[in-house]
Order: sequence, then C-alpha cells, then structure tokens
Amino acid sequence: MLTLLLILLPLISGFILLLTGSKNARQIALVLSLIEFGLALFALSTLKSGAVESLNYNIPWIPNMGISFHLGMDGISMLMVLLSTMLMPLIVFASFNKTYNNAHTLYALMMLMQSAMVGSFVAMDGFLFYIFWEVSLIPIFFIILMWGGENRQKTTFKFFIYTLFGSLFMLVALIYLYLHTANHSFDIQALYAAGRSLPLVEQGLIMGAFFLAFAIKMPVFPFHTWQPSTYVAAPTPGVMVLGGVMSKMATYGLIRWVLPMVPDGVHEYGYLIIGLSVVSIIYASCIAIIQKDFKYLIAYASIAHIGLISAGIFAMNMQSLQGSLMEMMSHGINTVGLFFAYDIIYNRMHTSEMSKLGGIRGVESRFAFLFFIIVLSNIALPFTNGFIGEFLLLLGVFQTNMVAASFAGLSIILGAVYMLRAFQKMMLGETNSLTLHFPKLEKQELITLSIIVILIVVMGVYPKPILEITESSIQTLLQGIQ
Amino acid sequence: MEQLVKLIPLFPLISFAIIALMNRRLSKPQAAVIACIGVLLSFIDSAVVFQSQLQSFHPVEVKVFDWIIAGNFNASFSFLVDPLSSIFLMVITGVGFLIHLFSVGYMKDDDGMRRFFAYLNLFIFFMLVLVLGNNFLVMFIGWEGVGFCSFMLIGFWYKDNKNNDAAKKAFVMNRIGDLGFLIAMCLIFFNFGSLNYSTLFSPGFLAESSVSTETLTLITFCLFVGAMGKSAQIPLYTWLPDAMAGPTPVSALIHAATMVTAGIYMVARTNVMFSLTPETMTLVSIIGIATALLGAIIGLFQNDIKKVLAYSTVSQLGLMFVALGVGAYTAAVFHVVTHAFFKALLFLGSGSVIHAMGGEQDIRVMGGLKKKLPITYLTFLIGTLAISGIPPLAGFFSKDQILSEAFAHNKILFALGLLVSLMTAFYMFRLFFLTFHGSFRGTHDQEHHLHESPINMTLPLIVLAVCAAFAGFIGVPHVIGEGLGLHNLFESYLSPVLGVSSSHIEASVEWMLMGLTTVLIVMVILYARHLFVSKNYVPESDSHMKGSFKKLAYGKFYVDEFYNKVFTQPLDKISLFLEKGIDIPVIDGMVRGIGKLTQGLASIARKIQTGNTGYYAIAFVFAILLLFIFFI
Repeated sequence: MLTLLLILLPLISGFILLLTGSKNARQIALVLSLIEFGLALFALSTLKSGAVESLNYNIPWIPNMGISFHLGMDGISMLMVLLSTMLMPLIVFASFNKTYNNAHTLYALMMLMQSAMVGSFVAMDGFLFYIFWEVSLIPIFFIILMWGGENRQKTTFKFFIYTLFGSLFMLVALIYLYLHTANHSFDIQALYAAGRSLPLVEQGLIMGAFFLAFAIKMPVFPFHTWQPSTYVAAPTPGVMVLGGVMSKMATYGLIRWVLPMVPDGVHEYGYLIIGLSVVSIIYASCIAIIQKDFKYLIAYASIAHIGLISAGIFAMNMQSLQGSLMEMMSHGINTVGLFFAYDIIYNRMHTSEMSKLGGIRGVESRFAFLFFIIVLSNIALPFTNGFIGEFLLLLGVFQTNMVAASFAGLSIILGAVYMLRAFQKMMLGETNSLTLHFPKLEKQELITLSIIVILIVVMGVYPKPILEITESSIQTLLQGIQ
Repeated sequence: MEQLVKLIPLFPLISFAIIALMNRRLSKPQAAVIACIGVLLSFIDSAVVFQSQLQSFHPVEVKVFDWIIAGNFNASFSFLVDPLSSIFLMVITGVGFLIHLFSVGYMKDDDGMRRFFAYLNLFIFFMLVLVLGNNFLVMFIGWEGVGFCSFMLIGFWYKDNKNNDAAKKAFVMNRIGDLGFLIAMCLIFFNFGSLNYSTLFSPGFLAESSVSTETLTLITFCLFVGAMGKSAQIPLYTWLPDAMAGPTPVSALIHAATMVTAGIYMVARTNVMFSLTPETMTLVSIIGIATALLGAIIGLFQNDIKKVLAYSTVSQLGLMFVALGVGAYTAAVFHVVTHAFFKALLFLGSGSVIHAMGGEQDIRVMGGLKKKLPITYLTFLIGTLAISGIPPLAGFFSKDQILSEAFAHNKILFALGLLVSLMTAFYMFRLFFLTFHGSFRGTHDQEHHLHESPINMTLPLIVLAVCAAFAGFIGVPHVIGEGLGLHNLFESYLSPVLGVSSSHIEASVEWMLMGLTTVLIVMVILYARHLFVSKNYVPESDSHMKGSFKKLAYGKFYVDEFYNKVFTQPLDKISLFLEKGIDIPVIDGMVRGIGKLTQGLASIARKIQTGNTGYYAIAFVFAILLLFIFFI
C-alpha cells in the first residue's frame, strides 16, 4: 500500500496544484514534494526493518492478458525512489529564483512526472513498467514545449519521437517474452523465467532491443544526438529532471529488466555494450572539451558519466553494480548542481557562452567556492560522491574487461581537462564589463547550492549507508544470475 | 595511542574548517595564528608518536571508519603508523609548521591571506592522510587531495590566467599519473583481493601467491607511472617548474619538501613489490637518472631564482628515484628528509630575497644582497653548501649514500650521478654568487627598498639552516661511523620496513669515492667563484644569448612546445573533428534522415499542437486518473 501511495501522492499533488492556480503554486509544490520525500524515507525504514512484503502491492489489472498492477520495492528500487523524491523538492526549491508563467501547470506537470518515474522504479510487471515509462514522457514534453527556450518545438519533437521510437523495440521484446511465458503473464518473475529459457542468440536480441530503448534515454553514443539540443532548449527545472532523474530510469531499467532476464545473453554479448559505452565515454568527453557554451558542456559531460554507468552495469559484478548505483545517485545530484550553477549564471549574465564570462570568483567568491565543489565531484575527486561511484565502476569493469576499464579511466583525465577549463573560463581570470556587475547570490540560491554541496561531501566521505541500501539486493540479483 | 594517531591529521583539518567557515569574521592575524596552531599541535602529536616508535618496532593500525564496502571489496579509512610513516609525519608537520610561520610574514599584505592559510592547512591534512593511510585507497585520497590543494595554491592569484594555466597543467599531468595509480589498484585488487598493506606486505604473501612476475611488473609499472606524475619525473615533469607561479612558501612546502616526495614514499611503501620486479626497478633508475641529468642541465641556464630551484628539485627527485631503483630505499628516504630541510630553506630564502626585491625574481638584476640581507645570506649559504654535498652538512651524507649505492650497483649510474652532483654544485653557487655577491644590478628603487625580513620570517630560515647543517648525523655511513662510534640510526630505525641494503662495497673504495666526490665538488665551487665573483660574469639578457645549446637549455629543450604540438593540439583537433565531422553530419544526420521519413506523422502531430497546451495537460491528468480508478 505504501508503494502505491508513493505513486498516488504526486498524482494527487499535481491535481491539487492545477486546482489552486498560480498563486503560491511553488510553495505548495515544495511542501507536497517534501511530503513525498518523507514518505520515501518511511518506506526506507520499512525496508530496513525487513518488512519487504508490506511494500508489495499486487492486484490483477487486466487478468485475461496476464497483466497485474504489481508494485514492489527492493533496495535497488528504493535507492532510485529516494533519488527522485529527494531531487524533486530540491528542483522545486531551486526554481524559486524565477517566476514562471502558469506556474501551477508547470509544477503540476512536474508532479505527474514524479508519479510516473516512481512508478517505473517500483513496477514489477512488464506491461506496467512500459506504461509508466511512456507516460513519463508526456509531462516533460509539455514542459519543454511551453517553458522552453529557442527551437523548442523542433527539439521537443525530435526528443519525443526518438524516445518513443526506442520504446517500441522494448515493447516488441516484452511481447515476445510474454508469448514465451508459461501461462501468458507480464509478471516480472514470469518474464525472467521466459527470458532465461531462451536460446543464447535470442537472449542477445532481447538484450539489444531493451538496450536500444534504454540507450536512447540514457543516452549512449550513437543514440545521443537528441540530448544536447533538448537540454539546451529545456527550462531549468525540466532539464534537471531530465538529466537528474529520467536518465536513471533507463540505467535502472537495465539492472531490473535486462540483467536478470537474459543473463546468458549479457554474458555472451555484453562486451559489445561495454565497448560501446567506453566509446561513448571518450567520444563525449572529447566533444565536451571544445564546447563553447556551458550548457552544452554539461550535456556532453553527462553522456560521458552515463557511459561509465552503462559499462558498469554490463560488467555485472558486485563492485561494478554497486558503483553504477552509487554513480546514479551522484550523477543525479551533481547534474542538478551543475544546471543550477548554469541557471545562476544565465539569469544574471543572460549568456552561458564561456568566453564572454570570466573573473566571477573575484566578484562572488561564495558562489565560486560552492560551484567548484560540484565541479570537483564531477571530476571524481576523493571525498566527493563522484569518486565513490567512479572508483567502484572502474574497479568492477576492470574485473570483467581490463582493456575497457583502462580506456574508461581516460575519463578522469579528460574530465579534468574540460571541467577545469570551463571553470577557469567562467570563474577565474580578470572580470570583464559583463561579469563586473555579477549580482550576489540570493539566500535561496545559497541554500540550494549548500544542500547540494553538503550531499556531495557527506556521500563522498561516508557512503556506507547508501551502499548498504542496495548491497543485499545486488547480491540476490547476482546469485539469481549464476 | 590510537587517539593520538587520529588527532594528527585532525588538527590541521579543524583549523582549516575554522578558517574556511569563519572566513571574513576572522582578522588576518587571527587566521594565521589558528593555522599555525593547528600544524604546531599536529607536530607535537607527531613527535610523541614518533618517540614511541623509536623505542621499539610496533606498527600501530587505527581504523577511523568504514569507507567503501562493496561485496568482497573493503577499504576502510584507517591509518598505519610505523617507522616509515612516522618519519614522514615529522617532516611534514615540522617543515610544514616552519613554512606556515614564514608565510605569516610573507603573505601579510595579501588580501587572500585567509584562504591561503585555509588551503595550506588542508594540504597538510591530505599530506598526512597520504602517508598515514594503511591501504592504497586511503593513500589515493591523500594523493588526489594534495593535488587539489596544489591546484588551488598554484592558481592562488587567480586573476592572472597564466597562474590558472599552470595550475590546470599541474592537475591534468598529475591526473595522467593518477590513472596509472588507479589501474595499479584495480590490478592489485583483481589479483590479491585486497588493498590493505597489512595483507599485501605480510611476510611471504606476495612470494607465495600464484601471481606471475609479469603481472607484478605491470602493477609496479603502473604504480611508478603514478609516482612519475606526482614526483615530476620524465615525461611528466613539466608541470613542476610552472608550478612556481604559486606563492613562494607554497613552492617550498608543496613543490619541494612534501608533496613531490609522495612518489618516493609510495615506492618505498611498496618496496616489497618493487623488489620482486627487477625490470621496473631498472626503469625506475633509468628514468631517475635521466630526470636528474635533464633537471640539472636546464638548471644551469635558468635566470629566474625560483626556476633554478624548481629544476633543482626535479633533478634531486631524480636522484632519489635512482636510489629506489637500485633498491636503496633507506637512502632515498634519507635524501627526502635532508632535501626537505635544505630545499625548503632555499625556497624560503629565495622568498625572503623576492620579498626584499619587491617581487623581482631575475638573478641577473640582483647581486650584492649579502650586506642588506645578512641572515638570509648566511642561511642560504648553508642551504647551498648542503645541497652541493659539502661535508658534514646534511646533503653530503644522503647524497653520498645514494652515490655509493649506485656505485655498487652500476658504475655508469654512479658516474652520471656524480655528474649531476657537480652540476648541482655549479648551478647552486652560480645562483648564490649572482644573488648575494658582487654589486647590485637592479633599479635604484629596488635598491632603496632592500631590507632584511622580519624575525618571523628569518626564524624559520635559521631553524631550517640548523637542520640542513646537522640532520645528516642521523644517518652517518658505517665507514665513518665506525671510527667515531656513531651508529647509522636512520637505517636501523627504518630497517623493519625497508630492510637493509644488501649491496656493500669495501670501506677503502667508499672512502675513495667520498674523497673524490668532495674534491671535485669543491673544485666546481671554486670555478663558479672564479667565474661569478672574480670575473663578475653575469648571464646575458635573453636577446643577446649566444650558443645554440645554451638557447636550447634556456628554453627547457622546448618540451612544453613539443607536448603542446603532439598532445594538446591534436586532442583539440580530434575533438573538433568528432563534433563537426561525425556528431553533427553523420550521427545526427542519420537521425534527421529517419526523421524525414516520418514527416507525415510530424504534420499530424503539429496540427494537434496548435491548441491550448495547458488544456492537454489537464486532459492528460484526468485520463490517467480515470485509468487508475477504472482498473484498480
């Protein structure tokens, strides 16, 4: 019931927001999303106390097709739910520095997205997962279309069609598996059993079909071209959700729906995806180096990080999977942080072209300090959350594929190159006529950045509680595969 | 005892936190006092711990908290105190404190004094973590942490992009080495299932494991790549001279006495592994001697006081790697200690000179500072004598030990090492005479401004000079010690961790080498005196420079330009090609192509979009709600 509530609450929240109108919409959204976060924490304590069954919710939905409304949570789902419910209030709070037209609609759509995202993290039925997966697209589509920047129509359309196109492959794969289940069911266990009984080549194909859907959403090279332009067109709250949480639906999907379903296929052909992911890391890192606009740089940096997560998932061992989950958390937080830093700069300077900026540190040193810690986490300095994830990922991938891990490791060099270059261009050096009048941070901005920075450091120094959430679930998953 | 060990890095961390959080609420002197106290307490604490280690060999392991646990991977944040780490503790906190003290005077007019001390404290913290860690991962925290502090301090005057470029270069080059370190850790865990020293270096563990020598060689090679980055060895040395862009106390602390010796510490710490891989050892000594030579040659022709010292550091670090490469780990660590004293002294002395000269660093416009800066002059002389290897100053003993170990191992190595020592004596006395002797060659304003530094700056110089003069006696070689009834304390203290060097040469040969080296060095110094004092020779200005080799060496053999052409520029070009040549036309082109096929669909969708979008959002909500209500 608790799990169902986690989906319903944001849905109801969205409805409330639409009814109340623009006035105080953001305050209401903040309170409601905080309640949702509290609910997620309660679910966490339930999970920790061992009452896993109480998080289970299973009723028939369309019985004659073997579709049930089956929700459930293990540590992996829990972590993802925590990530999305934690980021949502942060994203809402971060948006306080701007007044949006029709704010109530914007926040309502955000809440709906939250509902769909949480749904996809807890769905234990293939069909249900697919529904949540697709539904989550609709609110973000409208958010970009209505509040986005230049070229939003063209970009949104590309993004929408592209992801929809990928999802179709997943649907086909799901139906194929469904037809192979013993008594025609979309239930996760039935699908697992069906997938594992398939011959090797078919397992590989299923893996490929799922991967295509997920790779577009993450995104991984060469399915990434929708992403930079969409990130640039999207309004800040939208891009934060896109980069911070929605990309994790895909990486989560790989862990939940691909690894345990077609383990032999992954064993046999997984190296192809690891290879592609490593190409993605280096490719995106290189392109990030020469970006002139900070928002584009964040977009490509994000692709690089996601590539490492993807490689880690297909390396399929304890360290790589724990690392990928940890990195999903970090990437979510840090992406929100980077986009917020971007937002702060853009709101003041009306440009994010790095060569036009410079010397901001001399004007607003607090901002420079907090921003720099976010940058450090992105280049995986020890004692930041970024390091924990990347280190475990490299360690894990190394055990499966030494060459791939060594190439993936190049990202720690290239990452330092593009991130430090960007920071220097924007924040260091002499001020110019534009940055000379860089207004001081508002209190709300300072608080938001501080929360992000505290999360970065606390998770980096003491990651144990987070690693513990997923430890046993990953163990179970790996045992099931062997 | 355990609490004492935990406190060592905690003191500077606390003082860092206080300064960072209070920031402007503290006055500049308050910040300086807090920073100094933090390091001083840490020094006293280290001394107590060191004292306890002196009495008997009993390594102390302290677990602070669990850090990263994932399946069978377990790396806790924990410390190890043994003779090796305790010696480094003493050097870091001792020299660190003196440099803090010096900085109080040096930085007093700088607006950024608070953050300067905050970074300096943070650096001490990470450096202590580096040497205290009891597994590779904790060492890596310190390793990257000091790199980060170094980045912040090189680019301390961030308004000048030249400094920022130098900082970035240092960080990126270090990162190249760090990748080696990371891969080494992956290899170690993959092959041995642990990163803990106590497991890996327990007697016989490595020898009894089924891991092949090839794998071990790969591991030590990767570790050494890490050391190359941090300790500025060929080919990753070019960041260190540029790092002089930072304030001079930073150069003394980070880029001479402590951080750059982290690579030596790492190899010494993992000596059990290195000893098993002769190929890597050979590589270490070759890289070491090559770097020592290159640094010395470039040092001969530099005219910037800090640049000379920077190349001298590169060169001396090379010598330490020579020692490591021939298995003389104790000699290398000994040289780390003595070098920390005399090089910190020299850097601080140069700081005092630069301070007096109003920021001028070119030795061609100095001269005759002897009278105006008597304390700086005297202490600088001691430092110069020490680094040149004149007995009985500290540098003599450590350098002699490295040379005689090299002699026992390979005569060519010895000959080249001797050459490096002679060049060292020459460029150091060239620097010394040009700066302090002769007549003043600067502007009238500068001459008027000349003054000796205040006591809080000269006091550290004096203390360091005393150390540079007498520290050598803790490691008196056997041949000398026997006659005087002195024992090689240093070697016996470290022997449980580093072992005792197996190479022995006959006493008479060792005496001869010692004599030969000393006589040659004295001759070189006399020649330098003849050239720069008697004949008053001053290096010509840049535009009048003659001799192609001289130009080449003065231009640092254009290695930076070479790297720029071969690595930096191609990387940008490749990146540009990936974006403009592949990403946009090919990858996205295909997507657009497919997009055109669905044009029909697109036009339909556009028609739907013309309505009021808000309405659709609401419709969507209702639809979903209906779905739920209908099916649940």
